[in-house]
Amino acid sequence: MKRYSAFAIAREALRFHSGWERAWRNPEPKKKYDVIIVGAGGHGLATAYYLGRNFGITNVAVIEKGWLGGGNTGRNTTIIRSNYLQDPSAAIYEKARSLYENLSQDLNYNVMFSPRGVMMLAQTHHEIRGYQRTAHANALQGVTTEFISPQKVKELCPIINLDGPRYPVLGALWQPRGGTARHDAVAWGYARACSDMGMDIIQQCEVKAVRQNDGKVVGVDTTKGAIDGDKLGLVVAGHSGVLADMAGFRLPVESVALQALVSEPIKPCMDVVVMANTVHGYMSQSDKGEMVIGGGADGYNNYTQRGSFHHVEETVRALVETFPMISRLKMLRWWGGIVDMTGDRSPILSKTPLENCFINCGWGTGGFKAIPGSGWGMAELMAKGQSSLTEEFTMSRFKDGKFIDESVAAGVAH
Amino acid sequence: MLIFECPYCGVHAEESELSPGGEAHLKRFGPGSDDADFESYLFIRENPKGVHFERWRHSNGCGKWFHAARCTMTLEVFGTYVAQTFEPPQDLKEKITAKRPGWSWRDFS
Repeated sequence: MKRYSAFAIAREALRFHSGWERAWRNPEPKKKYDVIIVGAGGHGLATAYYLGRNFGITNVAVIEKGWLGGGNTGRNTTIIRSNYLQDPSAAIYEKARSLYENLSQDLNYNVMFSPRGVMMLAQTHHEIRGYQRTAHANALQGVTTEFISPQKVKELCPIINLDGPRYPVLGALWQPRGGTARHDAVAWGYARACSDMGMDIIQQCEVKAVRQNDGKVVGVDTTKGAIDGDKLGLVVAGHSGVLADMAGFRLPVESVALQALVSEPIKPCMDVVVMANTVHGYMSQSDKGEMVIGGGADGYNNYTQRGSFHHVEETVRALVETFPMISRLKMLRWWGGIVDMTGDRSPILSKTPLENCFINCGWGTGGFKAIPGSGWGMAELMAKGQSSLTEEFTMSRFKDGKFIDESVAAGVAH
Repeated sequence: MLIFECPYCGVHAEESELSPGGEAHLKRFGPGSDDADFESYLFIRENPKGVHFERWRHSNGCGKWFHAARCTMTLEVFGTYVAQTFEPPQDLKEKITAKRPGWSWRDFS
């Protein structure tokens, strides 16, 4: 792999950009791999990358039904934060956030991580107490957050309306090192690095069955034929239930649609990410100038990647209250992704009843921010059979009653 | 946008008039049940890609709970039926079979 650098740009400029090579190979599947990962989204590719980088396992296939990064990785609102209440969540999300800091250098691919700061508005007295509690918990967890006053909110984000008609802004939980990154670039960067290590990323290849022998996984049947593997990682977000069904176990997961939309590009007016969970909407401005908007998930099962109009209406209404200046903006694009929600709104990174088959799912509405940490933990779990990052996120916690209850932090918005 | 016919008041209600109530025909377990039963009742869900049976409430209408059969892959609504039953009516099952031959959902098909 030729490295990307300022020098490479100068070199290519001198020869009409004829020397750029493909970022990743597009191989046909081999007969057998040490590890098969199903799902070439951010989490699947990150798992493969850290299997190679941290454990030297490079005989890996990443199988993707569509194209890499074409699912939720390319559909989210790119927010990165780690201000969670529960210790296991803070650990894995903060690991992810800290890996994002140097991800561009690690991957030699610009993921445009922008630690511009994330604020979660407190608009009820209950929320003030909740976020103060989270700020104290974060202090103990080593995550830098702070509860700030309405005046500080206005200073950081001048376009905000502090005295909204329904809910005034009473303060905010502020994470200065949270922010955004370019979502596609995260998938592309990991894919390029994986391909460079000799891993095969096999796109447009759908898994049709999981083959097993004696309670152990032996491979998968795909639209490109049978592929053998010693270990199998299922990292397919919204379609986790479908894959689990093939592998013969059931999941405490429901798939629902989560929507996002972007406005026409406007001049820079907002250089932080603002989330308003009481009125249900969140917004940031992309580098192109578009306002990137997200809101709540639909309440019913859905696999169609499109959601209800009235949910978007609710989100936009809330944001117009909070940011009156956006009321005349035209919306350019509107889309949905299928997210996998668990009962406690925390993910599952776990062994499964099928030996050597592992699952990484349940990230719900907030998977993008966790990609590097999730890959790091999942790779360790698959390579060594256990990982300190993932040990609390087992499938069996719903039976054992050991929930990691983030429904307050994660059930509403990310 | 989903449109259901409320089996009680007969209104063709669109989605914003209704509240989703999750999977239908759950087997309920109370205190004293074992952990696995409790887990399956509270958390494990069919989550099918295709034919699904759900509970909905006509919350901004007559207020009654009812059942609905729907496809999660196309958002097609097959029909609705009353809440006081443990399984979908035969004619609805036949209607689904005509549209989705070979469908199954838990013990129903």
